[in-house]
Amino acid sequence: MTRNGKQMEMNKNSSHHPRKRFYRARAHSNPLSDSHFPIPISPSEVDYSHHYPYFYPDGWNSNVNSNDGTASKIQFADIGCGFGGLLVSLSQLFPDTLMIGMELRDKVSEYVKERILALRMSIPGQYENISVVRTNSMKYLPNYFTKKQLTKMFFLFPDPHFKEKNHRRRVISPHLLDEYAYTLQTGGIIYTITDVEELGDWMRSCLEEHPLFQAVPEHELEADPVVKLLSGATEEGQKVARNEGQTFQAIYRRIELED
Amino acid sequence: MSEKEITERIMEDDEIHKKGGEVSPALISIHPLEESIAVAIGSELRVFDLVGTKPVVLHDHAGGPSHSDSIRSICFGAKGTLFASAGDDKLVKIWKVDSWKCIRTVSSEKRVTAVSISHDGLFVCLADKFGVVWVVDLNSQGENQCPVDKSASPLLGHYCSIITSLEFSPDGRFIVSADRDFKIRITVFPKKPLKGAHEIQSFCLGHTDFVSCLAFAFSTDDSSQGFLLSGGGDSTVRLWDYLSGSLLDTCDIGSKLACNGDKSKVKEDGCSVVTDLCVCHNGSLVSVSVQSFHGVILLNCNLIAKTLSFSMAIPIVGNFIPTSMATGNNSDHLWMVMGASGLPSADPNVMYPVRVKVIAGLKKFHSDIEVQNLSILKDDDIPGSKDSLMVLQGSLDVEKDEDSLVHTAEALKTAMRNLLIKRQYSVEKREVRKKSRNDRKLKRKVV
Repeated sequence: MTRNGKQMEMNKNSSHHPRKRFYRARAHSNPLSDSHFPIPISPSEVDYSHHYPYFYPDGWNSNVNSNDGTASKIQFADIGCGFGGLLVSLSQLFPDTLMIGMELRDKVSEYVKERILALRMSIPGQYENISVVRTNSMKYLPNYFTKKQLTKMFFLFPDPHFKEKNHRRRVISPHLLDEYAYTLQTGGIIYTITDVEELGDWMRSCLEEHPLFQAVPEHELEADPVVKLLSGATEEGQKVARNEGQTFQAIYRRIELED
Repeated sequence: MSEKEITERIMEDDEIHKKGGEVSPALISIHPLEESIAVAIGSELRVFDLVGTKPVVLHDHAGGPSHSDSIRSICFGAKGTLFASAGDDKLVKIWKVDSWKCIRTVSSEKRVTAVSISHDGLFVCLADKFGVVWVVDLNSQGENQCPVDKSASPLLGHYCSIITSLEFSPDGRFIVSADRDFKIRITVFPKKPLKGAHEIQSFCLGHTDFVSCLAFAFSTDDSSQGFLLSGGGDSTVRLWDYLSGSLLDTCDIGSKLACNGDKSKVKEDGCSVVTDLCVCHNGSLVSVSVQSFHGVILLNCNLIAKTLSFSMAIPIVGNFIPTSMATGNNSDHLWMVMGASGLPSADPNVMYPVRVKVIAGLKKFHSDIEVQNLSILKDDDIPGSKDSLMVLQGSLDVEKDEDSLVHTAEALKTAMRNLLIKRQYSVEKREVRKKSRNDRKLKRKVV
């Protein structure tokens, strides 16, 4: 059995928290390459009862059948959730909101999965509203979420992809913002933060120029408890803080097109 | 297997893929009022004037460079005043239909996979191999500016996926793009498209393999917006309410063919890929071409009940598997073409075999009555008679080509599979591939 296997075995037997050293992964993954992991055909095909057993005690089908529009749906998505720091903090802040992390790197998403399971075991009744999927959200977001489903999307410390030739790998781009606007409710908010100034400028200008997004005014940001988590909650953010680095935020609201 | 053997095999595979990728199917498109008909084979455009029953001479000298590689997409504008052609040479040529003069040549950064003209004739949209749809404003420039203009602006993007088909909705409000990642995207076509199309109306999700073709079923008698039809690598044709993205009905062509006793023709390797769709008879009849079926399949499309059902399979003799189909507005005729360019074994001095056939009787078609109404026209009875065939096929001597058509069909199958289906590698092959990755090679050279 591999080391990783051993670690997973351990996790099953107890509520030990997974350790990152057993989930070492490359720092980056190519979002352009063909994906060989399973992808749901459409959002209705995703069985979320596996992800949120507490919210779907009777399984997925029964919930769908009795669906009168009140069934809980995922409202927050953390795109490129990394090791899941933000999800864990948000879970406490919005205990009744379903949220999901999306991560392309296999081992990292595996870590987050184990981490959430361990948290649920150690504090029963909590952390039931967070989960993770391994997917390429740049390609398959519409396969997971319906139109105007989400209220918040997070893009925290994404890969900077400095070279111009690689700009199309950036997770914030004019074309991808169209898809994010499709998945966000009117009034929904997109949060971005980075420690790379160049990328910060890029994300801000993409959002600024997009007709379906509008900057959230300063006073609202001050009142928003989520904003405080952006720099502090994630592993990447803590690393930046340790090195006393600067961060650059761009927080925009989904608006309707004016005629 | 030793590593060396695996590497060799990988290189062989890649070689085959490269060869297969250059094969490109013959295309056909007809003027909405059946005034002229065009066939594209390789880099060649063949147009016949059906009104004057004479070949059309294309005037290309004023419009920049000519096509030099396979044409992948051709279309007439809805009003029949414009025609566009585009393909692997990264050129989009826009032609005025009255004079058949090329009025504009737009160059793209990437190979062009699909082209479409907006209903008002003001914009041409093109999709490239990297999943970006571009828009060209036809009013923005005079005819005699620089010969190659790069004036296309980005409209929308499918993230790094090959776009296989691009269509405007019948009312012109939406642009629909289909890709090899099973997706169909419906986007509002904005008033100022040069600023991008940002508002996504819906995604039509349901295909379990690449989407290969799109068509709209609508009746000209009523004002409803109509429905979207799509065909794909999963051998289904699907009917969509494209405003909401909901799937209304699915017709599994693969299983229908198997039931109809054509099992011998439908091979096990999943080759009943739907390659083209053509909507006839005021939206009530859909003809479908399938990669392994010699002939066409007709489906009934009920726009009121919103259903799609198998009507009949029309076999055609002579190894004829249409690569592309076309019909005019409410026309009686369905035009079909079969052919391919870039065949690996073909003699470059010999013309690629192209075969054109026509089915007549669409107007009188009724699903209750027997096949008699429909007939496959003999070569002499085809509109424009042998003159049109001479132009479109390039030759009338087609009997000897029938064997090579078998070859064509096989080559097209391989090419389409290579282009649109994700390659699956065994674990060991993947490891070897990782070792021979380009970026590493570069590093070694630098050292």
